[in-house]
Amino acid sequence: MKLLVICRRELHSYFGSFIAYILLAVFLLLSGYFFYSDLVFFVLFGGFTLATGLWQFVFLDMRLVAMLILPLITMRLFAEEKKLGTMELLWTYPVRDGEIVLGKFLAAWVFFLAMLLPTAIGPMVFHYWQPFDVAPVLAGYLGMLLLGSAFIACGLFVSSLTENQVVSAMVTYGILVLFWFITWNEEAGTHEVMRLLLGVSLFDRFFNFTRGVIDTKDVAFFAMFVTLFLFFTWQSLATRTWRGVR
Amino acid sequence: MIAAEQLTKRFGGFTAIEDVTFEVAAGEIVGFLGPNGAGKSTTMRILAGVFPPSHGRVEIAGHDVVTDSLRARAVVGYFPERVSVYLDMTVAHYLTYVGEMKGLARREARRQSAAAMASCSLDPVGNRLIGTLSKGFRQRVGIAQALTGAPRVLILDEPTAGLDPEQVADMRALIRSLRQERTVILSTHILPEVEATCDRVIIIHRGRVLALDTPANLNRRLRPTSQVHVEVNGPAADVARALRAVPGVAAVEPQPSPDGAVVFTVCTAPDRDLREVLATVLTQHGWGLRELRRQSLTLEEIFLSLVTADSPEAKTSHETPRDLPA
Repeated sequence: MKLLVICRRELHSYFGSFIAYILLAVFLLLSGYFFYSDLVFFVLFGGFTLATGLWQFVFLDMRLVAMLILPLITMRLFAEEKKLGTMELLWTYPVRDGEIVLGKFLAAWVFFLAMLLPTAIGPMVFHYWQPFDVAPVLAGYLGMLLLGSAFIACGLFVSSLTENQVVSAMVTYGILVLFWFITWNEEAGTHEVMRLLLGVSLFDRFFNFTRGVIDTKDVAFFAMFVTLFLFFTWQSLATRTWRGVR
Repeated sequence: MIAAEQLTKRFGGFTAIEDVTFEVAAGEIVGFLGPNGAGKSTTMRILAGVFPPSHGRVEIAGHDVVTDSLRARAVVGYFPERVSVYLDMTVAHYLTYVGEMKGLARREARRQSAAAMASCSLDPVGNRLIGTLSKGFRQRVGIAQALTGAPRVLILDEPTAGLDPEQVADMRALIRSLRQERTVILSTHILPEVEATCDRVIIIHRGRVLALDTPANLNRRLRPTSQVHVEVNGPAADVARALRAVPGVAAVEPQPSPDGAVVFTVCTAPDRDLREVLATVLTQHGWGLRELRRQSLTLEEIFLSLVTADSPEAKTSHETPRDLPA
């Protein structure tokens, strides 16, 4: 499987550089701090349930940190290869463009998983001292995985458009922030427009998961979002037929 | 082994190559020669499957590079003009990765990467990160990368660019050693390189093929006369007169002389060797004969005459194309 060969090389590249460890550390520190402060808030002021009083805030905070970190992880996927010129060689190997796209997506996704797993330590310790219903937490993590996949697919696509990693990260931030703010100006749009925007807003789709609700419509939305951006990436690689190598 | 038919590549309004047609037989080493910007790399990239041509088609070992791309690419080893390898991998690890990308199982990829390292003298740096290697070594990693997977066709885009003279000699020896087993097409703008390594030459200029032949045939075709270089210690006017008097001599052209000697280029009918007659004449006059040598056209001269015939500005201004090396 060439896909796995590509994925393994990308992971080797991630874990061979200190930048990856810094991103990992920042992600864990920030999400750990948010977990701690959300927990303190819940203990001091309480709430009706853990799901809406604690987990919702934990995952909403974690979402922000993921949005901050993931574009920095995806920015190099294609941009670096274009800059180095290794992309040209990749195209001469007997490998399909689709395998390249999926291999790189998978690598970033595995890295994201490696980032996400240690964040479960806090809740696990908490559960050891004070057992609670884990279902809402699992739903939250599922939401994080889906949201992260969407971020990665978007970042992967942007990375395939440029050879500059900073541009790659910035444009990804731009798109993600737009998807975040897209429903904030509730008064401006009509009811119908608002419903449409809510339908495509990544963060509104994520909101249900944070409260422990798994809606198949939301899952399908994220799956479609990821598929769409992977398709865009695939198409963007094909532009070399008329654009040349750069 | 390689058949290119009427290849044309346009990028927007810019035409990089036009109507390029050639064939390369199995086991042949063919040189692709032209100044920078002539369309060499574009042609190489089309052959290697980086991008398809706008018109025309290429078959490699019977596989069309566009419609049967994966099979065509499986037979090809490509060395890009810009040596581009992952700097954060060790040489051995990188070559194993390349083997796997070319479809080898992991163990076989390891074995082949070791073989490629040996043939490119990379063994001493096998465990070093590519980013820490000198340009010469990186270039060899690039060649080893092309050799991995034992491809039947090698497409090498300026394999000796940027190497020091010793490394250039090594690289040429390596390429020559591939003859018979592999079909090689290599591009260069350095003419002696083609003379040193290639069976046939394709000369390309401004995206068009100007000539396609063996170096010897090109020499014969472009040379209306046969020339002999004569260096004599004697009075210039008398020597010239004596040389002109020899039957069969068409023209005698004085050349700049370095140290008091007189130097002439004697032109004769093609395929006529007057060296012995000239030597006898000169020694009979008692002049000191310093050098007597038959001149064959260098590829550089062949190239210049083809290019001058082709380009409109060169015809009017007699300007040498600037990209040519001295």
